[in-house]
Amino acid sequence: MLRIFIHRLLLGIATVAIVSGIIFAAVEALPGDACTAILQRDASGERLANCRRELGLDRPAATRYAEWAFGAVRGDLGISAHNNKPIASLVGDRLKNTLLLAGCSLALGIPLALFLGVLTGLRRDKFSDLALSTIAIFAMTIPEFVTATVLIFVFSIWLGWVPGIVTASASSPLSAFFPGIVLPVIVLTMVMTAHIMRTVRSSVIDVMSSDYVQMASLKGVPYWHIVFRHALPNALLPAINVIALTVGWLLGGVVVVEKVFNYPGLGHYMIDSISDRDLPVVQAIALIVAAAYVGVNLAADLLAMAFNPRLRTLKARSP
Amino acid sequence: MTGDVLIEVQNLSIGFTGRSGKLLPVLRNIDLGVRRGETVGIVGESGSGKSTLALAMMGYLKHGLRVISGQSVFDGRDLLTMPSRELQRIRGGKIALIPQNSGQSLSPNLRVGAQLTEALALHGKLAPSAFSARVIQLLQQVRLPDPEVIASRYPHELSGGQQQRVAIAMALAGEPEALLLDEPTTGLDVTTQAHILELLSDIAVRFDKAMIYVSHDLGAIARVCSRVVVMYAGEIVLDGDATTVLTNPGHPYARGLLASIPRRGNPDLPMALEGRPPPPGGAGPGCSFVDRCAIAEAPCRAERPGLQPLLAGGRVRCRLPERAESIPTKRDGKPASAGGSFGEPLVRLSNLAISYARQSLVDQLLGRKPQGVPTVDRVNIEIRQGEVIGLVGESGSGKSTILKAVAGLVGPASGEIAYDKSGALPATVEQRRPEQLREIQLIFQNPDESLNPRHTIGQILAQPLQLYFGLSGGALRERSIAILERVRLGAHYLDRLPSQLSGGEKQRVAIARAFAAEPKLLLCDEVTSALDVSVQAAVLDLLDQLRRDNGTTYIFVAHDLAVVRALSDRVAVLYQGRLCEIGPAAAVYSRPCHPYTEALLGAVLEPEPGARPILMAEDNMELSPPAKGCPFQRRCHRKVGSICESTTPPQRDAGAEHVIHCHIPIGELTSAQTVSALGNAGRPHVQ
Repeated sequence: MLRIFIHRLLLGIATVAIVSGIIFAAVEALPGDACTAILQRDASGERLANCRRELGLDRPAATRYAEWAFGAVRGDLGISAHNNKPIASLVGDRLKNTLLLAGCSLALGIPLALFLGVLTGLRRDKFSDLALSTIAIFAMTIPEFVTATVLIFVFSIWLGWVPGIVTASASSPLSAFFPGIVLPVIVLTMVMTAHIMRTVRSSVIDVMSSDYVQMASLKGVPYWHIVFRHALPNALLPAINVIALTVGWLLGGVVVVEKVFNYPGLGHYMIDSISDRDLPVVQAIALIVAAAYVGVNLAADLLAMAFNPRLRTLKARSP
Repeated sequence: MTGDVLIEVQNLSIGFTGRSGKLLPVLRNIDLGVRRGETVGIVGESGSGKSTLALAMMGYLKHGLRVISGQSVFDGRDLLTMPSRELQRIRGGKIALIPQNSGQSLSPNLRVGAQLTEALALHGKLAPSAFSARVIQLLQQVRLPDPEVIASRYPHELSGGQQQRVAIAMALAGEPEALLLDEPTTGLDVTTQAHILELLSDIAVRFDKAMIYVSHDLGAIARVCSRVVVMYAGEIVLDGDATTVLTNPGHPYARGLLASIPRRGNPDLPMALEGRPPPPGGAGPGCSFVDRCAIAEAPCRAERPGLQPLLAGGRVRCRLPERAESIPTKRDGKPASAGGSFGEPLVRLSNLAISYARQSLVDQLLGRKPQGVPTVDRVNIEIRQGEVIGLVGESGSGKSTILKAVAGLVGPASGEIAYDKSGALPATVEQRRPEQLREIQLIFQNPDESLNPRHTIGQILAQPLQLYFGLSGGALRERSIAILERVRLGAHYLDRLPSQLSGGEKQRVAIARAFAAEPKLLLCDEVTSALDVSVQAAVLDLLDQLRRDNGTTYIFVAHDLAVVRALSDRVAVLYQGRLCEIGPAAAVYSRPCHPYTEALLGAVLEPEPGARPILMAEDNMELSPPAKGCPFQRRCHRKVGSICESTTPPQRDAGAEHVIHCHIPIGELTSAQTVSALGNAGRPHVQ
């Protein structure tokens, strides 16, 4: 178990290292650099050369990559080309906001999705299943900006219950985001719930028709006992991976939703940085998002292992 | 001793609503009573309704099925109308199920001990403090070694035989009055099956329970049951004591079934029972067996015969039970195509070793070979043109692996496969020449998986014809029809999809596809083990016919020794990927033989009442073959001593191309007790 954990951890670190190289190379390949961004129209001749010398951009790419990578490991992501502030604190604020948004959506969405998935799976082909499954398909297929717009129209313009956009700045304390965060959380919850619920539903249906559930019922085990003891521990395993993907998606910055609600999260900041040609920031965000994906998937694999005795213990029979 | 009637099924009909909206019966007017202490076997082929009947006896209907008429009474009460709370008390507490596939019937997330404890708690005959002691006791009762260790394991950590024992212990936990066994040994190796059946018949005697044993395998039924019920197309067609049903049954179907079973001691091909049973709802107004019956008359088509009592005891659903006795139950002695003179060697496996061990990344970088003992090692077999060589052994014996290596699906780790005059065959399919690919064809075990479900039979057959012979248009169609006729299917099959065919027909299409390539060497991987016995006989007959017509060489892999016997000229016995014995079929199946062959032959179940298998050492889980010495050292009942662990056994020549790999000299191998003597020795000896 520990060996597997260390193995996976090393593999994860290697992945992030390779991704960091690709990100650096991609940004390097773009025309222009931090100095052209800072100097804008004045970026030519003597001034450009001076700026590059000052920022160390005249050195070979490998040296700069090494410097950037070691800095990133120490938590130093460089200086924003846009406003000369340390990227670590700029991105840190946004990351905190994104974590708040993701955390609220997950806290609401995961229990809801699991409950609905189990319910529809157990009530397969009955009215409640058909109704909820249809709603789920709608929630999944309608684009977020449509849902967002409709919700803003109904709840903030028409009913006036909650604000339609977030007005707090990126560095405000977390409490400042309430109640503006309510609508974006609802939009995100709708999309993710539908995905997880459908996975759970089909997995519950599979497990409930398995031989061991039939056996349990022929052993005289009461229905709810079968559901909670024999079926769900096995049926919920596939949900772990879908949840991991969802978490990765939420942490990667849900660009459209953040933009619509003016929520100062990572995705929003990423778009702003791209339009400002603030390449060091783009580079830093890309790295953080990649690391988050790798981390979440690692956590999901370990969770799956912890809950599935077949993965946890040694495979007993040779193939 | 048998007591009062415990289970009584009365005029039970169960059906499902078909796509046409019509109610299609799966069971029709079943009347069956089982007394306390009685052991009843229910036998029938797939689709006969035997499992549906067994589950109905527990008040359980599979999804989509419903009761059309009748009752399933247990101890005076109808289970099919009972409220679920009361049913829960009866299931497991009064009547318990031992399922077919225990590996899938035990919940994967719960330890064995926890699942047994659950069964104990549900049927509360014990105080909770006594549970753990009782769990150990139950595991001991089913003869599991180290019960404490087993109780702490998850189901997937046990071998197939151990899982089945746990399922039996679980059924015994509620101290039920009746045990229902649904194909409890299907899917287990023969040697493991022999152990489980031994345990079951012991339980039947010791605990005096009513036992209902459902199986397609008459051999297993013969081993355990005193009374046998034969089912066909959802009906009971015969009910009588085991000896009569298994030796001289009064129903044409039962007689045909007996004749279609290949037997260990008989080198002839079994007799096929042509045709197939009517689908649910497809039976006409008359007898359901009429289309396949040798003695059917006009009145048989007009009116459905009732289940009438026989003078000698038992019941039969046939108008002409006396005339039925004229149908032979043993083969008429049609021998498989004679062996004898064969041509030049076609395939030569020399020192073949195959390893599934994967190279780790580090090994790849350093160019090291993977560590570990190879799955298959030291295999030397020469196969001559026109010969059928059978490879037998239990699961994990490497027989399919060898076949895959010849087919080019796995590369050998060392040694070579020489083919025809061209020398060593390239290791993998990609490297082989088109001609070599055409000449070596493979037929798989399960036609459901080997035929593309979206291709018509015509498209399936067209592939080899287009690929190897460039046929198209009319010529292609003509050739496809000719090939279909050779496997005894007609031109009208061309436009059908595999899902519209029965299992036997699908396997014929798979055979037709292989023969479309006009192969020199045909590799058959368990080609009959997914089929019913009566269908199996027809497929064996077809394979034999095709071999005679085309002079094709076969490598025939099967776990069923009797099937191998019926078709093969020579037989190679494998254990853990090592050759134990090779020789002409008749020689291998008699004395002298390797101790493993002896155990395998002894474990074969013949549908003879009173036959008893010999048992070899417990079905231990063996992770990998031993690195040194004899592959069979850990389970051998005739182990000589430390030499078996240290030295590779010598090849001992038993004459006439018969070679045995064993440390015991030929003379001593001959002089041991014979298998048949052991078979009659009453209680088998367990080493």
